[in-house]
Amino acid sequence: MARRYDARTTIFSPEGRLYQVEYAMEAISHAGTALGILASDGIVIAAEKKVTSKLLEQTTTSEKIYLLNDNVICGVAGITADANILINYARQAAQQYLFTYDEDIPVEQLVQRLCDLKQGYTQYGGLRPFGVSFIYAGHDSHYGFQLYHSDPSGNYGGWKATCIGANNASAQSLLKQDYKDDITLKEAKELAAKVLSKTMDSTTLSSEKLEFATISLNDENKVVYHLYKPDEIDLLLKEHNLGGQETEQ
Amino acid sequence: METLIGMVGKDFVLTAADTSAARSITVMKSNEDKSRDLNKHIVMLYSGEPGDTVHFAEYIQRNVRFYEIKNGIELTPKAAATFTRKELATSLRSRHPYAVNLLIAGYDVTTLTSQLYWIDYLGSSISVPFAAHGYGAYYTLSLLDRYHRPDLSLDEAKILIKKCIDELKSRFIINLADFKIKVADKDGVREIEI
Repeated sequence: MARRYDARTTIFSPEGRLYQVEYAMEAISHAGTALGILASDGIVIAAEKKVTSKLLEQTTTSEKIYLLNDNVICGVAGITADANILINYARQAAQQYLFTYDEDIPVEQLVQRLCDLKQGYTQYGGLRPFGVSFIYAGHDSHYGFQLYHSDPSGNYGGWKATCIGANNASAQSLLKQDYKDDITLKEAKELAAKVLSKTMDSTTLSSEKLEFATISLNDENKVVYHLYKPDEIDLLLKEHNLGGQETEQ
Repeated sequence: METLIGMVGKDFVLTAADTSAARSITVMKSNEDKSRDLNKHIVMLYSGEPGDTVHFAEYIQRNVRFYEIKNGIELTPKAAATFTRKELATSLRSRHPYAVNLLIAGYDVTTLTSQLYWIDYLGSSISVPFAAHGYGAYYTLSLLDRYHRPDLSLDEAKILIKKCIDELKSRFIINLADFKIKVADKDGVREIEI
């Protein structure tokens, strides 16, 4: 009898809760951390990779940070397989928009499209919701740089700095402490690295466990996406004295 | 017989559309407005098959409005023109395509530029400094080619459009009763007298 109201996604419990959706969010809070910080001249997204085994080949491309459109990137926390479906959907929606309007999709609209899909799985029966939270970083001509977060229920919100995944509460409070409104991208990168170094379980912070990406504007006011290569990440960590001491292992 | 004219100036777009509604050889009405405002900064002029024109223009007008209510932002002239072109191109491949020619003129508040799009019923769309549709194009494009400059002031543009209309009055066999002149700039779309 205890499992009466959590077997289906679409049934409210007597207390008015949707258990499957809550479980999905619980699953995400065990996943690798991803955080985003909005700066005046760009946005940084950083993510923690969970290294499962030394024998596992490192992926050549990123596994937690994705390009959705020329003007939007996202960081993922949760079930990667679910994320792939949503990322594909988002990329298609963005291209559809480009086809119809010959302009990049405004960031909030892309977030909304994904959230509409996510919401559907909390209402139409027989399926489980997507076990993914996203952090979106984007730029459009209407509102400039924007940072959004969305969860499995289909809720989304705009943030100056936010975090999803394991230890998100402590990371969030660190961000709250150190964020200032006129932060530059350079300072944001440092803050991102600092917060991750404090909230990640491992003592050694290195490119093996981190992914880093920024978006900013170039001289022609075009959005540039920079996904950091492993040696660039190590250099960044070294710059801020956050590199893991190899000897500690 | 219908004539639509448009030109981009320094920080505005000036448009003119004749106001006669004819059926066969008879003029049925001489104060028809052949334009619809798509939003505060964009105006669309239309000509073509009677019935198709107003229906299509209002369909576009309401879809543009819907976008703005849904998303809380204004479409740019480029986005509106691309959307309109796509609707026409889709329609062309249906069993009953719309036979409508359009000029979309507007001021882009995101890039602070004014733009003019020439669109025909086959789904061609092109951004141009000046344009004309209909028989009037045969008489006015040469004038526009000779006298149009990208840095035209509104007063100069008014004189040029007057020149075009006068040319039509003296050369074109059909007497186009009157023209409705509209301007789109940073303050929005409005009708003006010349």
